[in-house]
Amino acid sequence: MSEEDFQPGGDRFPLTRRSVIEAVRSIDVEERERALETLCAAYWRPVYKYVRLCWKRPPDAAQDLTQGFFLELLERELFDKFDSKKSRLRTYLRVCVDSFVMNEDKAGRRQKRGGNALHVALDFAGAEEELGATAMDAALIPSPESLEEFFEKEWVRSLFALAVGDLRELCAARQRERTFHLFESYDLEGSETISYQQLSKEYGISVADVTNALAWARREFRRIALERLRELCGSEEEFQREARAAFGWDAK
Amino acid sequence: MKFLSDKALERLRDGAETPDLAGTRYRLLERIARGGMGVVYTAEDENLQRRVALKVLNVPGTDGDLANRLTREARVLAALEHPGIVPVHDVGTLADGRVFYTMKFVVGKPLDKFIESVASVPDRLRVFLRICDAVAFAHARGVLHRDLKPANIMVGPFGEVLVMDWGLAKILREEVSRNRSEADPEATVFEKPKQANIASDATDISAVTGHGTVMGTPGYMSPEQARGEVEHLDARSDIFSLGRLLRFLLTGKPEVASIPGGRRLDKSLAAICAKSTAAAPAERYPNVQEMALDVSRYLDGLAVGAHRESIFEKAGRFYRRYRFFILLIAAYLAMRVLILLFMHR
Repeated sequence: MSEEDFQPGGDRFPLTRRSVIEAVRSIDVEERERALETLCAAYWRPVYKYVRLCWKRPPDAAQDLTQGFFLELLERELFDKFDSKKSRLRTYLRVCVDSFVMNEDKAGRRQKRGGNALHVALDFAGAEEELGATAMDAALIPSPESLEEFFEKEWVRSLFALAVGDLRELCAARQRERTFHLFESYDLEGSETISYQQLSKEYGISVADVTNALAWARREFRRIALERLRELCGSEEEFQREARAAFGWDAK
Repeated sequence: MKFLSDKALERLRDGAETPDLAGTRYRLLERIARGGMGVVYTAEDENLQRRVALKVLNVPGTDGDLANRLTREARVLAALEHPGIVPVHDVGTLADGRVFYTMKFVVGKPLDKFIESVASVPDRLRVFLRICDAVAFAHARGVLHRDLKPANIMVGPFGEVLVMDWGLAKILREEVSRNRSEADPEATVFEKPKQANIASDATDISAVTGHGTVMGTPGYMSPEQARGEVEHLDARSDIFSLGRLLRFLLTGKPEVASIPGGRRLDKSLAAICAKSTAAAPAERYPNVQEMALDVSRYLDGLAVGAHRESIFEKAGRFYRRYRFFILLIAAYLAMRVLILLFMHR
């Protein structure tokens, strides 16, 4: 299997450069659902955490609102109103979440939605644990800028986590499990003091092999993350902007 | 799905950004700066065993057209051979598709740090004139800098002034390679774009820093650049930045008209700053040479084109310029008067 053959996401949704924005507007119901699942996979955690922290909703209400939001996206065809020239998808979705929560409040609705309606496993318990581990204090998110910042950070976390998952699959497919373990040890869990030499001793390989393995893994991670990102953007320009945000290139 | 801590996110960003130089002649040393268009590292050229600055352009993906355009841009910049412009040594593409180029590694101080040790206005103006030389040279070759600011000017240990970071540069026309090959028959001749490409070159580069995309530094970029009117930028946009740079050299801030301590800026210098930073490009200096000429005239004690002097200002300037002779004549006359008075006693 060559690098080009690998399509993260497996057989559920082939990763191409076709934007999910286009796919979600498709007349083909199956394609639309698959696109929504892709969007949901990337955004449900940021949306859930946003509702929990910024709208200060208890876990069960936040779960219900998160599922309801993605269903409403599809049912009300909200993507038809999205214009990638005017805003980023991420910002548009956040504003839609705000409207959705406010409307639900006004209507006094609280309907229990089926967890399987989206065909995407929403691990709310895991998301709750993550919230506990997040250093973000809800009291520190009062301004619109910090709301956007919080949503962006969680979106990047979600995007990177999906890319790490894809990288794991890629490593498994290429019998490069050790490479993934090295990447995990150094880049995902590594303490400040961990060194290539320590890893070389631990895995019984040369420092050059550690260097090469990590360089490969980082390159693939970057490629996969950008491919996923490209898929989630409505235009090339939005992709460039979001790539800058995700990889912190504008940070001075 | 594995939870990624904030620290893991940072590591992933850093790791994904670190260039993989396998297969090149460079060995990465350390990251030294980050700009709007890329990250600069120091690297060792293992063939020539010298330290170079290696800039990786932050354009994601492996779009071949984009990589080609950026490569061509680096080639154009490489052909800007001037003592005030950091020379580009090499250009290439990383395994992940990002374009990098290597430049001379400059040891020196950025302008904002340098002027802390230079108090005299004439010395600061002389540094400014050398910046103008480099920018005027680039303009003559059809290249706009678009990000002139103190951090992008380096002053070397022997007083050499270098304009850095041409990452946002806009190529107005691709004459460099042609001029270069005419001037030096042994020079490497870069592939010249076809006629159609020459005409569309400005828009080609604009695809990287596209129309409507604001790139530059607030405080130094021209109003038209701040509005994202990339296609309408010309030399006068850089002149605006030079005006702000001049004001920074004189006052310590790009937008302040008074010198620290509350003194007003000299009227002629204030007029040069005002003319070069006029909101409408048509009201600015038409080219860098004219701006530099006004600064030179000020240094020589002559009237500057940007300011119409009153009779008192003319007299004051005449006095400052010929102070020595005026004082000498005054002393001579005073002595004659004293002698006459003494003889009449």
